[in-house]
Amino acid sequence: MMRLPLFDFRAPRTLEEAARILDGEGTQAMPLAGGTDLLPNMKRRQQVPKTLMSLRYIEELNHIRMEHSGSRLGACVTLADIAANMHFRNGLTALAQAASLVATPHIRNMATLGGNLCLDTRCNYYDQNYEWRKAIDFCLKKDGDTCWVAPGSPKCMAVSSTDTAPALIALGGRVRLVSRTGEREVLLADLYNNDGLDYIKRKPNEILAEVLVDSRHGWKSTYWKLRRRGSFDFPVLSVAAAARISESGVIEDVRIVIGSAASRPLVAVDAATFLVGRTLNTDSIAEAAVLAARIAKPLDNTDFDMSWRKKVTGEFVTFALRELQGDDVRSERESFMRTRSL
Amino acid sequence: MRVIGVPRRRVDARAKVTGQTRFADDIVLPRMAYCKLLRSPHPHARIRKIDSSRATAHPGVYLVLSGKDLPIEYGILPVSEDEQALCVDHVRHVGDPVAAVIAREELTAFEALGLIDVEYEMLTTISDPEEALATPAPRIHDYGEEGNIHKRVSLEFGDVEQGFADADEVFEDTFFYQGNTHLPIEQHASVAIKDPEGKLTIWSSTQTPHYLHRALAKVLRMLPGHIRVIATPNGGGFGGKSDPFNHEIVVAKAALLLDRPVKICLTREEVFYCHRGRHPVLMKFKTGVKKDGTITGMHLQTLIDGGAYGSYGVASTFYTGALQTTTYHIPRYKFQGCRTFTNKPPCGPKRGHGTVQPRFGQEVQLDKIAEKLSIDPADLRLRIAESSNAVTANFFRLSVVNLSECIRRVVKNSDWKEKFRKLPEGRGVGLACSAYLTGAGLPIYWNKMPHSGVHIKFDRGGGVAVFCGATEIGQGSDDVLAGIVAEVLGLDTFDIRLYTGDTDLGPVDLGSYSSRVTIMAGNAALQAAERGRAIIAEAVAERLAIPKERLRFADKRVFDSAAPEKGVTFGEAVRLAEARFGTIGTMGSYTPPKSPALYKGGGVGPSPTYSYTAAVVEVIVNPATGWITVPKIWIAHDIGCALNPTLVRGQVEGSVYMGLGEALMEEQEFRRLPKKLSHALVHKFPSMLEYKSPTSLDMPEVMTELIEEPDPRGPFGAKEVGQGPLLPIMPAVANAVYDAVGVRIDEVPITPEKIMKALAEKKASREPRFGPSHFPHVDWPEALRVPPPWEGGDGNAVNDVPRPSKPKPEKEKVLSS
Amino acid sequence: MISITLPTESQKSAHIRLRLNGEETDVSFAPYKTLLEVLREDLGHTGTKHGCELGECGACAVLVEGKPVLSCLLLALECDKKSVLTVEGLGTDGKLHPLQDAFADLGAAQCGYCTPAILVTAKALLDQNPNPSRDQIREALSGNLCRCTGYQQIFEAVEAAIVKIAGERND
Repeated sequence: MMRLPLFDFRAPRTLEEAARILDGEGTQAMPLAGGTDLLPNMKRRQQVPKTLMSLRYIEELNHIRMEHSGSRLGACVTLADIAANMHFRNGLTALAQAASLVATPHIRNMATLGGNLCLDTRCNYYDQNYEWRKAIDFCLKKDGDTCWVAPGSPKCMAVSSTDTAPALIALGGRVRLVSRTGEREVLLADLYNNDGLDYIKRKPNEILAEVLVDSRHGWKSTYWKLRRRGSFDFPVLSVAAAARISESGVIEDVRIVIGSAASRPLVAVDAATFLVGRTLNTDSIAEAAVLAARIAKPLDNTDFDMSWRKKVTGEFVTFALRELQGDDVRSERESFMRTRSL
Repeated sequence: MRVIGVPRRRVDARAKVTGQTRFADDIVLPRMAYCKLLRSPHPHARIRKIDSSRATAHPGVYLVLSGKDLPIEYGILPVSEDEQALCVDHVRHVGDPVAAVIAREELTAFEALGLIDVEYEMLTTISDPEEALATPAPRIHDYGEEGNIHKRVSLEFGDVEQGFADADEVFEDTFFYQGNTHLPIEQHASVAIKDPEGKLTIWSSTQTPHYLHRALAKVLRMLPGHIRVIATPNGGGFGGKSDPFNHEIVVAKAALLLDRPVKICLTREEVFYCHRGRHPVLMKFKTGVKKDGTITGMHLQTLIDGGAYGSYGVASTFYTGALQTTTYHIPRYKFQGCRTFTNKPPCGPKRGHGTVQPRFGQEVQLDKIAEKLSIDPADLRLRIAESSNAVTANFFRLSVVNLSECIRRVVKNSDWKEKFRKLPEGRGVGLACSAYLTGAGLPIYWNKMPHSGVHIKFDRGGGVAVFCGATEIGQGSDDVLAGIVAEVLGLDTFDIRLYTGDTDLGPVDLGSYSSRVTIMAGNAALQAAERGRAIIAEAVAERLAIPKERLRFADKRVFDSAAPEKGVTFGEAVRLAEARFGTIGTMGSYTPPKSPALYKGGGVGPSPTYSYTAAVVEVIVNPATGWITVPKIWIAHDIGCALNPTLVRGQVEGSVYMGLGEALMEEQEFRRLPKKLSHALVHKFPSMLEYKSPTSLDMPEVMTELIEEPDPRGPFGAKEVGQGPLLPIMPAVANAVYDAVGVRIDEVPITPEKIMKALAEKKASREPRFGPSHFPHVDWPEALRVPPPWEGGDGNAVNDVPRPSKPKPEKEKVLSS
Repeated sequence: MISITLPTESQKSAHIRLRLNGEETDVSFAPYKTLLEVLREDLGHTGTKHGCELGECGACAVLVEGKPVLSCLLLALECDKKSVLTVEGLGTDGKLHPLQDAFADLGAAQCGYCTPAILVTAKALLDQNPNPSRDQIREALSGNLCRCTGYQQIFEAVEAAIVKIAGERND
């Protein structure tokens, strides 16, 4: 049986208390929400915090508030709660789809939205036991000095593997970060760095407390996820797209986000710029797919061949845009997602 | 029949659905200590020095063992005893164990591993068979053929060149089958104790308690009679728990030294290092056919990646060529196989042992042949299918063969004639067939004793206890025993108590491998039960004053079949018999019939009878991405007699599941880092997450049909079902992909990337195919020439060196699994 | 470079009270342990299994507050005052739960190792939706790997249990 290393355990009741603990412990402490990412990492000795600070007992992190102007989601809302919440079907579909496609039903009952947004970047050279990593003399992300994905690289190439971040970026989401000295709101699109080691701008003393999404009334959104199996697997490529389309079919606003193709979710700016003011049709979708796929730079550190993942990027953008256009792509969706739900 | 053939609750079901089945890791004993193994981080190295003093001094640590404590070599086959429980001076793959820590807590043992200092001297690393052929030194083992070649075989049954000369068309194809692993959900675990008398008892998740018993006696230098092995129910085996393992030997030694119970439960990563899974095999098929599809000759070459140890590898090597002849009539057949050592966890027997890879090649090649000859692939197979009671070119005696009926059923059920080459682009169907052994005809070590024994004890209260070494690995071996005994004695299966998998309590059964339990333990049980019935019948007939032939055993009574009200309860019947003859206990045993394959190597492949399977797989392939989905599978299996149809169907569907995993996604893959930067050669993903086992969402609907014509060799006519139905799935998927999008994937697994690459070839008007194109040069030995039966052969090779008059013990013979 | 720190104080003990299969249960344990370890090692409930301890197989599923979760990824420390249901608590009054009966009768348990987790997961599904479709059953069990059955007999057993439970309700 794999065992956790020893740790000190703290269970604050308020956000304020939690912020105080993090401030005192510095990088030695890590917040624990659903535990589905952190505990495996601890068992593999990838992350060995001295202190685990449970967020489970902080009431204010568990709310879902849906208002006219938008929604506020506590960081500890579970992915199952989001997937099951009918309010996310209108405009926020991409978020519900992303949440419902994470891992397995059991994990979605445990894993939280905040945890999925803070998910450690993943890599086949990193998500391994201590003994395995020792056999390759470790890697740049942990205990070593070579990135084995790209041995010449000065930077860690571990992959952003969150499902909800691409969806929420497409929906223009923000996060509220709270520390002992104050709080700040950050556009989710600005939360991540394209660096597998230093992948998130959340400071060690900050708690990701809340996710805010403005009302997306009049928008349509969708999320496509590539993985080998119908469950368990992390995305090895994902496409989130959200658009506001006028009654005459002209795109007024659109965001396309490529997930799991770099150390952070990638916003396909050129594709979006190209689409605004146009209608969705075979030609415009094809052009947007080319522009969007261009930014994806998958590497050989996840499941599937990297050049094939790149190839599928364009196809997924096409499926996503066709879906927003109103095409029936249910059979493609069912085939790739291996599920009929959502 | 009231029990046999009736779908029913398996005898051990209640324990399984209540969580009461006691798997090895569920065993907790007072004062129990925990063991962890320190494993080599290097793929190939000499051990210069091991210093465990810091670990020994660590609080909570009871004992540290290293190679010198257990130096005696062992291994499943007497011809390749090349393993040490802890490596003494040579590590051969990442994960090879070098030391063990036994401590009060498992966490303590794990942490103390980091306190053992090992100095290694790196050796050149060999990652695949081609490299092994090109790198004779350093040798991974100092035995075998030469260099890093473990085993080379060459057999020719009839003049195959003449076969090709007689052909209208000759086909040459190369295929690659990637390695994969069993992935039982239960990780291997063992608990050992020194019992109060000072003897050793070990509970272990093993499929082969008898072979573990032998290995323990050898390595620990103990009398076998002082060792008791209890195989706990296995949480899945599939062949992965059939070798004696280093961790089993280590906890046994530790328990003896410490005089306290010692447990080990492997982590998932360690299970990947135990491996013994499917060998990666490169294959070259050359097949001659007449215009009507008749095969005139076949030449098969296999190059096998054995990994770091022998395991069952010698048998595996023969198996890659043994069963080609058992499905279709092949008048002339040449087989050459070569297994090399590489610095990776050892390969061994996985469901379908050694026959799965060449079956893939043969069935895909037949699909190509059918297309070239413009014959429907189902019709082609019907023309060439082997028939009952045939003796094959390589002298395997077949029994009942219902392959043709299997083909007809899947063709009908799948609506094949309306689908094949008629579905829209992107959809396709593929068909494939197979045959598999019902038990290996020879044991793993040379002996003339029975392969299985059953002892039945009749209690005067009417209780019946069955004792047998057979091992329950989920396949239902306990239910087979209970079902047969219950049927013969007219009881309910739940009236029977089973004591199985225990080397102290039951007579030897060789283990749960090679699909042997139903036929061997089943026949032994049948014999023991019939002997018991005869004794009881004698006493009851006397009491009822009727001829014993008129007695019937049913509904827990023994009665006059002419006047059913006249009779006694089963309990009364036992009491009558016990009063008349004394305490009642009977024995049964089973030894397979002698095989006509007398040539060297002919020990691998003979079986009392063979099962047959045909399958049709439907696929949908997205032409833009190569993404493949399987909506439905139809399968028909020639079972002889389904002892418990519920379990038989479960074995068929489970085989389809595992086959589909192999076909589409499962891979035991390795990664070598850039050589100038690193020495590393590691398993790419030793985890449940990255080793892709299909989930409930990935599994299609399976339509199973059982063909039941009783086989005279099987108990109540039963044949095997645990392995055969896996074999046709991979080639049927490949053939269906061709039907869907017109590309050949001559490699397993069949992934979207490979389909895309083949589609790109097709688009560029090149050969629409993905797969290997070259087979490296191997210095094959001169073939043993065995004239087939129709050329007057007697089963011996004509050019073999004469055998010694007396068979030498053990090491002389190549035997089977 | 060694990233493992050795314990200074390895035998500290924690204590929680949980409602295990309907019974108020107190337990002391080493605080690093997950619910899985405490159930199996400190409470003697070995019906719950493990296949990876990393959330990659589903064999350790139990119900916490009625929801299927992975006991290998849940700190026992965080289970204080929670209700936990394991396979040992499925039957009532010595009688098997209809799901257990159906699994036993229809071959849904082969080796039986993944079975306890699948049973409790299926129970949670039926508690929430008494009449799920085949697709919903597939989806609900998609976090439980089974290497033996190919799932088909498991689906059929869940469907048989649905009918049986509905029948019992109407009686």
